[in-house]
Amino acid sequence: MGPLQIAERIKEMFPDDVLGYTGFCGQVTVSVKKDNIVSICRYLHDDAEMGFDYPASLCGVDYQGREPRFEVVYNLYSITHRHRIVLKAGVPESDPAIDTVTGIWTGVNWHERETFDMYGIKFNGHPDMRRILMPEDWEGHPLRKDYPVTGPAREWHGYEEVRDRKRKYAEFEWKPLK
Amino acid sequence: MGVIEKHEHVERPLVTPEGVQIYSPNVMVASIEKLINWGANSARLSSMWPVTFGLACCAIEMMTTGSAHYDLDRLGVIFRGSPRQADFMMVAGTVTKKMSSIVRRVYDQMPEPRYVISVGSCACSGGVFNTYAVVQGCDEFVPVDVYIPGCPPRPEAFIEGLVKLQDKIRAEEHRWGLFR
Repeated sequence: MGPLQIAERIKEMFPDDVLGYTGFCGQVTVSVKKDNIVSICRYLHDDAEMGFDYPASLCGVDYQGREPRFEVVYNLYSITHRHRIVLKAGVPESDPAIDTVTGIWTGVNWHERETFDMYGIKFNGHPDMRRILMPEDWEGHPLRKDYPVTGPAREWHGYEEVRDRKRKYAEFEWKPLK
Repeated sequence: MGVIEKHEHVERPLVTPEGVQIYSPNVMVASIEKLINWGANSARLSSMWPVTFGLACCAIEMMTTGSAHYDLDRLGVIFRGSPRQADFMMVAGTVTKKMSSIVRRVYDQMPEPRYVISVGSCACSGGVFNTYAVVQGCDEFVPVDVYIPGCPPRPEAFIEGLVKLQDKIRAEEHRWGLFR
């Protein structure tokens, strides 16, 4: 099944949720509303003709100044049918949350955690919604466009402690006479 | 088969023309501290065992330097997996703030005397990663003896850095004996 046919089929099945689709270089991207994302993904996974059994990637995007500000992007691939599709679901800044699809593909668990870590998008129903890359007590979400690239003005206290250790242990350092 | 030649004992003049007494041709005179320093430093610099702290692509170059073509074994450098068996630490690669406490812990576990070589632009200064997550030079939290710049450094640069560390150890002076 070609990617455009897949997009049209999704639109047939979920006319209220699909906002539109665009194609570029043989890749088709379907924009959907976030509310029904689980049933769309469930259909794409379970339907025999679709058979999207491999979630190649899941990530977030920040379009600062646009509404909705965030987007969660699902890159899906079917190993049996060898076709792929991209789903995009907009997530507003006021309520940065979307339902999890870990119930359909277990493998997206860490992808959703990374998206939460970097963008602050919560995944409702996720079994382990913690940070994955940054330290657990880190403040802010680094891949947001309004996050300063060199970090916040106040140093992370975990690194402060490590630097203090150098200062504290300096007098006990082994030193030769010359 | 061989006739073992017996070397004749050659009598040498025991007094130089300047009048300095030579006790015997096989005697060397030195102060005990200099002698022990020379022996200990030579031993130390001839078998420097690093604990490898490979964090990024510099670690790949470190492995290349250790393998057959460049062959660090000829310098007496044998990679160790444990800080307890190591003489120095090679911090090779980008140190993140989250990793910094572990680098420091490995350094604290090393027995003294211990040295640190900072390998690559990232470990020396943060490199291109002037960002929220990356330490701007591992000398912020461990004392560094030798910096090897490069992105990543060539194996020749690694060897140059190790020779620099050997020179540093050779020049060290310690006090031995009761009154330290």
